[in-house]
Amino acid sequence: MKTISKRILFFAILIGFWSLGSALNWWSEVLFPSPINVFQALFTGVKDMTLIYDLIASFRRLAIGLSIALILGTAIGVIIAKSKTADDTIGAMLLALQSVPSIVWLPLAIMWFGLNEKAVIFIVILGGTFVMALNIRTGIKNVQPLFIRAARTMGSNGLDLFRRVIFPASVPHIVTGSRLAWAFSWRALMAGELLSTGPGLGYTLRYASDFGDMSLVIGVMIIIGVIGSIVDQLIFQRIEKNVAKRWGLV
Amino acid sequence: MFLTIDKLNKQFYTPEKQLSTVLKDISFSADEGEFISILGPSGCGKSTLLSIIAGLTPSTSGTVEVQGNRIIHPGKDRGMVFQEPALFPWLTVIENVIFPIKKEHSKKTANELANNYLKMVQLSKYAHHYPHEISGGMQQRVAIARALVMNPSLLLMDEPFGALDEQTRSRLHVQLEHIWRDTKKTIIFITHSITESIKLSDRVIVMGTQPGVILTDIKIDIPRPREKHKEQMIKLESQIMVHLKSEIDKVISEET
Ligand SMILES: Nc1ncnc2c1ncn2[C@@H]1O[C@H](COP(=O)(O)OP(=O)(O)O)[C@@H](O)[C@H]1O
Ligand SMILES: [Mg+2]
Repeated sequence: MKTISKRILFFAILIGFWSLGSALNWWSEVLFPSPINVFQALFTGVKDMTLIYDLIASFRRLAIGLSIALILGTAIGVIIAKSKTADDTIGAMLLALQSVPSIVWLPLAIMWFGLNEKAVIFIVILGGTFVMALNIRTGIKNVQPLFIRAARTMGSNGLDLFRRVIFPASVPHIVTGSRLAWAFSWRALMAGELLSTGPGLGYTLRYASDFGDMSLVIGVMIIIGVIGSIVDQLIFQRIEKNVAKRWGLV
Repeated sequence: MFLTIDKLNKQFYTPEKQLSTVLKDISFSADEGEFISILGPSGCGKSTLLSIIAGLTPSTSGTVEVQGNRIIHPGKDRGMVFQEPALFPWLTVIENVIFPIKKEHSKKTANELANNYLKMVQLSKYAHHYPHEISGGMQQRVAIARALVMNPSLLLMDEPFGALDEQTRSRLHVQLEHIWRDTKKTIIFITHSITESIKLSDRVIVMGTQPGVILTDIKIDIPRPREKHKEQMIKLESQIMVHLKSEIDKVISEET
């Protein structure tokens, strides 16, 4: 059987089991609503546009935060790849920071920026920057010395060498860094919204939960999961595969 | 003299922090248009020597001069072909060949030049392929075109056909000989194959190992094309073998 049909079958069975359990009252409808109710909550949310506005709001923050994270991460990554002193100091600190979930910064961020969008965007930036920086560093450090030697015999050096050889040679790591930065930022965004203000998917999730609307809670969770896997599999993994092939890594 | 190498020495620190002499008092010179092979067992410092001529590695002492200019840095007057093609995988074949001349020529001229050299190595049809889409022998021909497109006066080749199968290698020998005849480049060609060196070059410089020194410098006077003079080639081969034998024994005794 093909992967895609296996997947469809699996989800069909899962939803079937879920419907069955709800119909036979294996669990309380209040705590774990049936698929029909979840679907209805999603449908209403889309029809009255609230979920659409949430999506737009969340994506706007993600776009701002992630762009800044990618640019900042690239800059830091280049610096720590090129300077040993920077690597020994900033590089070591990045490793430590990387192991702290960025949501941990939220209390501080709320004090600094207030309970608003800026605090959430700050968390998103922190989520993506470090992993991007570390991947850029790895990419630049792992450029084949042969490429650099060959380029130098062709009169390339300094900035030209960086722009035309080192940077393009690091593209596979840049793509991986971006994919991980996206994943971390996306999680940070949801956590940040959940704990601060709206509009946004995370905020609606908490709002629904406060009002006991479990159908909407599960609906929003499904949206978050679906978006996460679509971006990861349909966009990043595809780019990663193409790049790996072109760059002769497979 | 076109190329003069004078009392070149190169020392490296081993991982155990001991100084090891890789090249010792290497001196030789080359006329313009000469095809010189440097032959020696592996590890004798051939790549190091070529790298110093290219300006990629500094010497410990001694000098390299090309047309009277002291070599310190790499430059486009010296094209280099490595054992591995070293093509940039993110560029197409023609973009790779354009790489060294991109800055000094208009897009159109650069394209024309690159196409000319791709024609010379008979790869025009593959201009828009990516390196991973063509065979190892073709990749090495692209690398040769990429070195020639800068119009260097000196072409440095470090065992360029070492990783290829016998048949491909023979075909590339013929092509290289034609290119050399047509472009009149001075070529320094590194190899550890006696046959290859006799087949291609005007002169064979035989190196010994530990430290790397020049054992002898043999002029090859066999008329070209040399396939027609098999006996003379075989005679020379055994003559060079005598020089190399003791060196190879030295390497073997060291390894066992
Ligand atoms: N950067 C380096 N640092 C230390 N030792 C080196 C370095 N480059 C080459 N060597 C040593 O120099 C010797 C000669 O190497 P090489 O020039 O590659 O020989 P060949 O090309 O004849 O096989 C080897 O023993 C090698 O280990
Ligand atoms: Mg070598």
